[in-house]
This record gives sequence, C-alpha cells and structure tokens, in this order.
Amino acid sequence: MKRAFFSLVRRDVALAVQIGGGGGMAVFFFFVTVTLMPLGIGPNLNLLGQIAPGLLWVALLLSSLLTLDRLFQADFEDGTLDVLSMGSLPLELAVVAKILSHWLTTGLPLVIAAPILGLLLNLEEHQFMPLVLAMLIGSPALSLMGAIGAALTVSVRRGGLLASLLVMPFYIPVLIFGVATASAGAMPGATAQATALLGAVTLVSIVVGPWASAAALRANLKA
Amino acid sequence: MRPARDGAGGLTKSEIKRHFAPLSLSAKGLACQRGGRTVFRDVEFTVESGEALIVTGANGAGKSSLLRLLAGLVDVAGGSLSFDGGADDAVLCEQAHYVGHLDALKAAMTVRQTLQFWSDFFGGDVAGADYALEAFNLAGLVDLPVAYLSAGQRRRLSLSRLLVSERPLWLLDEPGVALDVASLERLVGVIEAHQAQGGVVIATTHQVLNLAHSKLLELGSLKVTA
Repeated sequence: MKRAFFSLVRRDVALAVQIGGGGGMAVFFFFVTVTLMPLGIGPNLNLLGQIAPGLLWVALLLSSLLTLDRLFQADFEDGTLDVLSMGSLPLELAVVAKILSHWLTTGLPLVIAAPILGLLLNLEEHQFMPLVLAMLIGSPALSLMGAIGAALTVSVRRGGLLASLLVMPFYIPVLIFGVATASAGAMPGATAQATALLGAVTLVSIVVGPWASAAALRANLKA
Repeated sequence: MRPARDGAGGLTKSEIKRHFAPLSLSAKGLACQRGGRTVFRDVEFTVESGEALIVTGANGAGKSSLLRLLAGLVDVAGGSLSFDGGADDAVLCEQAHYVGHLDALKAAMTVRQTLQFWSDFFGGDVAGADYALEAFNLAGLVDLPVAYLSAGQRRRLSLSRLLVSERPLWLLDEPGVALDVASLERLVGVIEAHQAQGGVVIATTHQVLNLAHSKLLELGSLKVTA
C-alpha cells in the first residue's frame, strides 16, 4: 500500500514537472501578479510594506486556484481514475497522494518564491519568518480544500472557473489568519494565536478534504 | 533492452507459476441505470474459473455499462451479483482488472514508466512487467513516450496492465479494437493462458474471438448460450 501511494505521488510530480502547466505556471503567475502590484499602487514604500502580507497571500491563493482544475480532470478524462479506484489503495488515500503531489509542485514552490517577492514589496524584515511559516502551514489547506472543488467539477468541461467559485469561500479563513500572522506584529502573542488558528484550519481540511474529494469523485465516476 | 521472443507471450505456460483459487461470478436479474435511464435489466449469467463470457449486443445495449458495473464503477440498480472464491477478504473490484475504451495512458510517460507505475500501484513484480512486455510485443518500444505510439500500440500497452499484477477477473471492453491480426492472436493467446490458470474473462466484442470454454451473453436478447 505504501508502494502504491508513493508510486502515485512520484508519477504525479513527474508529470507535473514534465508537462509543465503545474507548479511552473503557478509560480510564474505569482511573480507576474506581485510584480504588477507596485506598478499599480505607486512607489510609496510605506504603503507597500503595510499591505505586502495581504498582497502576497491573495496572490498565493489565486495562483494555487489556477492549477486546481487539472488536479483530477486529466485522470478522469483518460480513464486513469477508473484504474485508480480499482487498486488495493483506497480512493481516499489515492486522493491524498494526488493532493500531496499538488502541494509539492504548487504550494511549496510558491512558499519558496514568497520571500523573494516580499523584497519587491518592501516587506519588513521581522515579517519574513512569520509569513513564510504561515504559508508553510496554510498552503496545504489550499490544496486540500481545492481538491474538493476540483473533484466536484471533474466532469465539467473547463470546470476551473466553477471550482474556483466553489472553493474561494473556504479559502477565506486561510487568508484571514494567514495575513494576521504577518501583520499582527504590534500585538504581542497575536502572531502565535493566528498561526495556531491557521494550523487548525489545515488540520480540519486534512480530515475533511480527502474524504469529501473521494466521495465527489465516486459520484462523478458513477454518473 | 531485452530481445523480443516470438510467439504469443514468448513464455510457455509452465514458466508461469500463477494459479488462481477457484471462483465463480453469477448475476441474477441484474439491472443497470445510467442517467436515470434503464440500460439493461434481467441479465443473468454464471461464469466460473477457466471460463470466458463474451458479451455481444447492438450499440447502446449496455455492454460497457455491464463491465463498469462489474468493476464497481457503476452501482447495481436491481437484481443481485454474487462472487464466490478468489483471494480471501478482497472485494470484487479489487480482484478485477478493467480495460475500457479510455486507455488510462499519459502521453508524457514512456512505456517503461507506465508499466513501472502500474506494477507499483497494483503491487506487481518485475517478472510480471517483463512478461507483459513480451506478451504484447512491446519490448522494442520501452523507451518511447506514449505520445508517439500508434492506436494499436496504445491498445497493447493498455492491455498489458492485465499482466503486470495478477488478478483473477478480467473485464475487457472491446479489447481487440485497433489491433492487427498478429496482435489479436497474441491477445487470444494471453486470454487463453489466463483461463488455463483458472482466471475468468468477461469481454465485450464485435469481433470474433476464438476462445475455448467461452459462453455467449447477448444483451438486448437477454439469454446465455453455451
């Protein structure tokens, strides 16, 4: 079972790297959106520094939404999902494997890119660590909850937009607590509090995400 | 790269050590609904170890739906399906290989990577993957990405999933489509070897597959003839 799980992770990571359109596209989109911000807002360094955490989080959310539609759809269209649902690996675990590889190819590169973009936005020095930590904790929740939307819309042609609409409301807690960790510098203890709440959001999505996604996939396969 | 050997499979049956526990699969009054429409009902058949069930019928008679239903990909709408024997405590869909119209292949992966993935995913061994390569004459294509394969070659690769890991029940949806005469003979050889090991094959087809020990189920007319 472990072998089946990791073979699926390996395959998905390899495919995302080979075909592109996965992490590479998300990171590029992240760069483009964030670099456009200072041009749009103007050269006010104080203002930029103030809104930097929020901008980075919003851009991270949008970039990870961008890659959601291919999470299950390609496998659904070519029949791979039929095969995956017949393995000795439960579909829930197969979904976890796919979510893990989605995070490895999308979430993780975005988190790594975030501090570099923080420099562009005049992010304050003491905010770098909390921000990166919060993104590390919060980004798995984006893949996990995004998977539910992707699974629900797997049989819809160009379902990416619909999946984004479905998932966006569930991303809001991640955004609120994520931004709070970095901008709450003034209040002592507020950062820790926000980080803990962000962790709670991720833990809940670990519990809910794989099961809900697998159920949605089954319903779509049986239609 | 391994040299390709001649003949269906290239390996004699004595080289194959697999043997399945006796099993039987029978359907009584089986019905299937898809999209709110009854595709078929009152389908009855029994297949046992070593037998093949050839499902025929007009387009839309529900051949593919029957196979998807047996594979657990569609819910049973009525009647009953009983499965006895086979490996212990494994449900029907975990003892079956389903090869449908969609070939489940990724254009960017090579033939070797594809087989390796299936072997890992289904818990097969190296011998199974080698046997699959030879049985479907894919040895010369191992390093080619799937994107460059022809329709028949894709079909053969898709069918080779049957051999990378052992499962007693094969559900084949039009397995002969796009295959040339020689490949079709290989396929028949592979299926007969599977039957000889006590496996069961349920296949839909419009072509004539000359299989020993086969029953015919004609959907639409709802009767089984030996």
